[in-house]
Amino acid sequence: MSLERPDTVDDGGVERTPDELEALLGDLVVDRDDHLNAPAFVIRPDTVQETLRTLKEQAGYDHLSVVSAQEYENRYESIYHLKKYDDPTQEVSIVVPADKDNPVSESAEPVFRTADWHEREAYDLIGIEYDDHPDMRRILLPETWQGHPLSMDYDKDRPQIATLPEHANPLEDHHKDAESDTMFLNIGPHHPATHGVLHLKTVLDGEQVADVEPDIGYLHRSEEQMAQSGTYRHQIMPYPDRWDYISAGLLNEWAYARAAEDLADIEVPEYAQVIRTMGAEMCRIAAHMLALATFALDINGDFTATFMYAINDRERVQNLLEDLTGQRLMFNYFRLGGVVWDLPEPREEFFSKTRDFLDQLPESVEEYHNLITSNEVFQMRTIDTGILPPEVAKNYGATGPVARGSGVDYDLRRDDPYGYYDELDWDVVTEDGCDNFSRLLVRMREVEESAKIIEQCVDLLEDWPEDERNIQANVPRTLRPDDDTEIYRAVEGAKGELGIYIRADGTDKPARFKIRSPCFSNLQTLPEMANGEYIPDVIAALGSLDVVLGEVDR
Amino acid sequence: MSSDQPFITDESQVVTETRDARITGQGDRFNSRLREAFGSSPFILTKFDKFLNWCRGSSMFMLQFGIACCSIEMMHTYAVKHDLDRFGSGVPRASPRQADVMIVPGTIVSKFAPRMKRVYDQMPEPKFVVGMGSCTISGGPFQEGYNVIKGAEEVIPIDIHVPGCPPRPEALVYGVVKLQERVANGEAAPVTVKPYELEEFSDLERDELVDKLTDQIDDDELVMRYNFADSP
Repeated sequence: MSLERPDTVDDGGVERTPDELEALLGDLVVDRDDHLNAPAFVIRPDTVQETLRTLKEQAGYDHLSVVSAQEYENRYESIYHLKKYDDPTQEVSIVVPADKDNPVSESAEPVFRTADWHEREAYDLIGIEYDDHPDMRRILLPETWQGHPLSMDYDKDRPQIATLPEHANPLEDHHKDAESDTMFLNIGPHHPATHGVLHLKTVLDGEQVADVEPDIGYLHRSEEQMAQSGTYRHQIMPYPDRWDYISAGLLNEWAYARAAEDLADIEVPEYAQVIRTMGAEMCRIAAHMLALATFALDINGDFTATFMYAINDRERVQNLLEDLTGQRLMFNYFRLGGVVWDLPEPREEFFSKTRDFLDQLPESVEEYHNLITSNEVFQMRTIDTGILPPEVAKNYGATGPVARGSGVDYDLRRDDPYGYYDELDWDVVTEDGCDNFSRLLVRMREVEESAKIIEQCVDLLEDWPEDERNIQANVPRTLRPDDDTEIYRAVEGAKGELGIYIRADGTDKPARFKIRSPCFSNLQTLPEMANGEYIPDVIAALGSLDVVLGEVDR
Repeated sequence: MSSDQPFITDESQVVTETRDARITGQGDRFNSRLREAFGSSPFILTKFDKFLNWCRGSSMFMLQFGIACCSIEMMHTYAVKHDLDRFGSGVPRASPRQADVMIVPGTIVSKFAPRMKRVYDQMPEPKFVVGMGSCTISGGPFQEGYNVIKGAEEVIPIDIHVPGCPPRPEALVYGVVKLQERVANGEAAPVTVKPYELEEFSDLERDELVDKLTDQIDDDELVMRYNFADSP
C-alpha cells in the first residue's frame, strides 16, 4: 500500500459479516430484507450513490452485477446486486424502494458506470425514473411506446406505434468548424458485421470514430415476461436455450436450474452434475467456435476458410450434443434436480465418439493458430486495437472472456463453484493484452481447457457404477417456493456471468424473473474501446466482444 | 485443335452442314457434354417465361440476414456439411439490392418490423421470401410476448414456411429447394393484404394514441402501427 493512499481502508479481500456491513453503512440502512444469496439492506431512494460508494470504496464491493427492478402492490423497488471481482461469493444486495405514485430514485451511474443501461432498462420495462441519470430514455422498446410492459397495470392489447426515423448526427452542431466536419454513419440493424440485429449510431471525424452509440432492442422478445408466465417445474426451461442461442443452451439452462434449485432447496445427484458439466463444456466449445468463426469473418471478410473450418468443428460438437440431448441447438436437456435422460446407449460408442473429437481438437486449434493468430494482417488488425483497461472493464461490469482478456481473473466456475467443476483439474485463462487479440486468445485457450474438463468427465462417467447412475432428484410435481423469498444466482456462461434473479410469491410461477445477461454489460463497453479508433477497429472490437443479441435484448 | 477446325466427337463422326453451322466460330473451351447432347440443332425451343424462370430458380441470391436463433442454423446451412450452394442458391449477399431471396430467420419484434419491411422493399423484383422457424409463422414460443409481432407474414408476404424451432439445416435446404422448384414452375404465392404497413404518420387514422404522439413524431416520418388486440 503506497503512502499517498487516503484514509479509506481498502480491505477488499476481507469478508465482513452482515452485521459489520450494517455498522459500516450506519444510518443509511433503514431496514433489513435478506435474500437467500446475500444480506440485503433497505435504503432511502436519495442515498443510493452514498451507499454504493461506501460499499465500493470501503468494503471492496467493486462489481455491480445487475439492477433488478419490480413493482409491488404498494411500491416500486430497485435492487442493486453487488459482488467482489476477487471473491464473488461475497455478495450484498441494496434494496431501494420508490414511491408508488411518483417512482423516482437516485441513479447509481456516477458510482458504477454499468448502471447506465441497467437503469434505462428498469425505466423502460418497469417505469422507475432515476434522478441524476445522464440519459434517461427507453432502451429496449421504441421511444414512442406507451406504458411500461412489466408494470402491474400494463394492457398488452393496446395499439402501439413504432417509427422508422431518419437518424440525426448528434455531434453535428458543436463539432462543426472550418477544418473538421463530422459524418453520421448507420451500422445496422441489418448488417453482416453486427452479429444479428444491433444498430450502431456512429459519428466519424475523418476516418476516426468520434462517437458510437449501440442502439439495442431489435430482438427484445419479452423473455422475462415469458418466464414470469411459466411454471417453475417445466415451462421455463425451454426459454433459456433461446437467450444465448449460439449453441450455449446448456450453459443458460444451468443458470435457471441453479437459481431455481437453490430457491426450492433441491439437491442434484452427483452423477447428473457430471453429465451437466460435460454437456455445458461441449456447449462452451461450440459457442467459442462460432465466436472464432464470426470474428475471422469480420476481420478477413466474406465466408472464408477459417469460418468453414470453425463451423466444421462446431458440427462435430453439435453431433455429440445431439446424441446426448436429441437436439442440435435448443436442447431443453436440464430438469430441476437433474437431467432429462441418461447418456445415449450404447454408452461406449458415445464415449469413443467424444474421445475422437477431443483427440483431433489440439490439431484443429493448432490450425487456427496457423490460419489466424499468426497471420500478420490479422495481427495488425487486432493487436493494440479496442483497448479495454481492467479498471474500465470492472466499472462496466464486464465478465467472461472480455474481462479475462483484460487480465481480470474472474470465473464463476472456479470462484463460486457449482456442478462438478471444483473436483476437476483445469485452469482459468487470462491474458493481459486488454485488446481484441487477447480476447480471441482467451477464447481459443478456453476451448482447450473445456476439452480437459470434458475428458475428465468422460473418465468419471465411464467408471461410474451402474446402480448409482441417478440422473434426477425427487422433485415435487408442482414447486411453490415460499412467499417473498428472493434469490440471485449466476453461472459462468459462454459470454460471462449469466445470472437470474427470482422473487417467489408462493404460487407456482415466479413473481419477478430478471435475467442478468453478460452481453448486455459487455456491449456497454464498446464506446470505450471504439472512440478515437478507426472505423475497421470498431468492427473488430464488436467482433471480439462476441455479443449475441438474443441475450442483450432478451 | 485449332479453332477453325470443326468440333467432332468420337461417337459421331458425321459432319453435317447444320452441325458445322452450329459448331464453327466457337473456341474449343466452350465445348461441353451438354452442347454435344443438343446434337445437330443450333436452337432450342421453349417458352420465354419458362426459360427465364428456369434461370431464376437455378441461381438464387440470398440476402445475408440474421435475426435470431434460426440464423445460427442458417449459417450452418450455408457452410460445410450442408452447403446450400450445391443447389445453386448459396451465395449470401450483404446488400438487399443484390439479393432476390430473403430468408427470415427469427422473431420479429415491434422495433424491427419497420426495418425488415424497409429491407424487403429495397430488394429488386422479382423477390421471394422463405420464413424460417415458428416465430415467423406465428411468433412461436414468444407469441404471448408484449413486443412480438405474431408472424413475419403480418409485415411481408412469405412464399415458403419452414416450421421448427429452429428447423434443422436439412429442413431449410428442403424449403429453399421447394422454393426454387416453384419459381422454376412460375408459381407465385398469393398476394395477401398485410395488416401492418409502413406509412407516413400523417396518414394514420386519428385516434387517442395518434393525438398523444403528435408532438413526438413528425408528420412525414414513417411509422408502423400495431393493433395487438386484433392479432391472432
